[in-house]
Amino acid sequence: MSVFIIRRLLQSVIVVAVMSLIVFVGVNIVGDPVDMLINPEADQAEIARVIHDLGLDLPIHEQYLYFIKNAFKGDLGKSFIFGEPALKLIVQRIPATFELAFSALLMAVFIGVPLGVIAGMRPKAISSRAIMTGSILGFSLPTFWVGLMMIMIFAVILGWLPSTGRGDTVSVLGIEVSFLTVDGLRHMLMPAFNLALLKISLVIRLARAGTREAMHQDYVKFARAKGLSETRVIMVHVLKNIMIPVVTVLGLEFGSLIAFSVVTESVFAWPGMGKLLIDALHNLDRPIIVAYLMIIVLVFVIINLLVDILYSVLDPRVRLKDAGQ
Amino acid sequence: MSKTPEVAVSAPLKVETPFHRFVSDFADNKVALFALFVLVIIIFIAIFASVISPTDPYDLSKVSIFDSKLAPGSKSMDGVTFWLGTDTSGRDLLSSIFYGLRISLGVGVMSGVIALCVGSTIGLIAAYYGGYVDTLIMRIVDIQLSFPAILVALILISVLGKGVDKIIIALVLVQWAYYARTVRGTALVERNKEYIEAASCLALSNNRIVFRHLLPNCLPPLIVVATVQTAHAISLEATLSFLGVGLPITEPSLGLLIANGFDVMLSGLYWVSFYPGIALLITIVSINLVGDQLRDVLNPRLQK
Repeated sequence: MSVFIIRRLLQSVIVVAVMSLIVFVGVNIVGDPVDMLINPEADQAEIARVIHDLGLDLPIHEQYLYFIKNAFKGDLGKSFIFGEPALKLIVQRIPATFELAFSALLMAVFIGVPLGVIAGMRPKAISSRAIMTGSILGFSLPTFWVGLMMIMIFAVILGWLPSTGRGDTVSVLGIEVSFLTVDGLRHMLMPAFNLALLKISLVIRLARAGTREAMHQDYVKFARAKGLSETRVIMVHVLKNIMIPVVTVLGLEFGSLIAFSVVTESVFAWPGMGKLLIDALHNLDRPIIVAYLMIIVLVFVIINLLVDILYSVLDPRVRLKDAGQ
Repeated sequence: MSKTPEVAVSAPLKVETPFHRFVSDFADNKVALFALFVLVIIIFIAIFASVISPTDPYDLSKVSIFDSKLAPGSKSMDGVTFWLGTDTSGRDLLSSIFYGLRISLGVGVMSGVIALCVGSTIGLIAAYYGGYVDTLIMRIVDIQLSFPAILVALILISVLGKGVDKIIIALVLVQWAYYARTVRGTALVERNKEYIEAASCLALSNNRIVFRHLLPNCLPPLIVVATVQTAHAISLEATLSFLGVGLPITEPSLGLLIANGFDVMLSGLYWVSFYPGIALLITIVSINLVGDQLRDVLNPRLQK
């Protein structure tokens, strides 16, 4: 067990190290931030001073070593645009993104599972076919375009929901959250649903496949034979069994929700870390780009590591296979 | 008496070739057949965009600012009908969509083909040589596939910068791992079959065995992955272009058209981003439907 964990940890460390190198070296070849950040009317001395302040005059490998040294101290450089530490700017935006991703996750479960179970109970019914067609559409529709259409229908034409921003927030333990105010919830509804759309389609498929399989199992037949109502058979016996794969997959997909929130946040001007990244890419704000990518890679490596360890705890075959190699 | 030779002649003709069986199996599903028909039309439009477009949206001498923001169906100053309306610069949207389809499909297919070549070569190498090479390649594939495509694309874009070539490189790097994994999986099964053994006994070169014997037999699952991945690539390119980190404005793909419409949507000009989105949707859905049917037809486990 510990061999497995150490081996996986080592792999994670290597991934982070390689990523930091690729990201840092790559980002530093793109464009020339000097042109963008310095007033065109500045004289030569002024330009030299700014270049020196930003550390842009050092050779690239020294810039990288400097960056790594500082990264361990939690300092990923200062934003060229905001003049504040990049890490601080991103950490400030994390709650907004996580809030959005969590709401999308909940929506995926509470909309996807019932629809999937309905579709799995009567696969041939018209309602089931409609659900499955919807799920195919959910996979095919480009997320950003659906977001635009939602804004057009619900914000522009009907005027029911606000189209941009986070709305009123409340501070809980020093973190600003939207879901505790009515205004915040109204702001969150469209972006969260937009982000959830893909996952809803996924959950529908998982729940449908699980239900179809479970309906023929002995324990369902036995439950019916005991005279339990159909509602109880579905709600207790079937649901419990199909939730295992659904929860596993959704756990894995949480990371992808955070990644995809880049798109949703841009459409709905949701002030999360994804929007910060896109703005930084437009402005060539390199410290922000590097810091965002490093944090998101770290988040992913941690999620993957946790999932792998969890798997090996739940399923001994995984770690035995790995140890036997 | 005279019937016998007829039977003798017609009987061999009725023998189905695998290709015939494939075509008739595919045609079983009417929805997929319709999707294929739509897809052929889309490809036709993309190739002949400059011929069939009512106007040239990027010929500045033809585009008039007085025609801007016209609703679908309105007439221009010169009496040309804008079936899908015009954008803020007075460009005919239908023509822009035709040209946009060409760019979107071009980028998607090009990146798909390159990724197919690169990915399947690497996958074949992993399967054929096995051992240390295999472990290393598949570790890289696993690690890459544990990150979502959009994130990998964003990382690559921030590293590579903007431009058509950069986008294609990014899309190839996003997709190659899927091809590599598919080919390796199939090739591992195929490698142990007798025809490979026979080829080895004939002392054929490694290259010849891999590319002339192994690869053709790995094609069916590859074709399925290729259709799905192309749809994915088109969608991903549109997303990146919409975010403003994809294609440059000199290459107005569907994603860029939608992004342009986004700016004016709040003032009620819905059509500028609505119709390019519909075009994108039809393209992706029809590719996916064709891919789904291909999977069913080419999967030997589902065949009777």
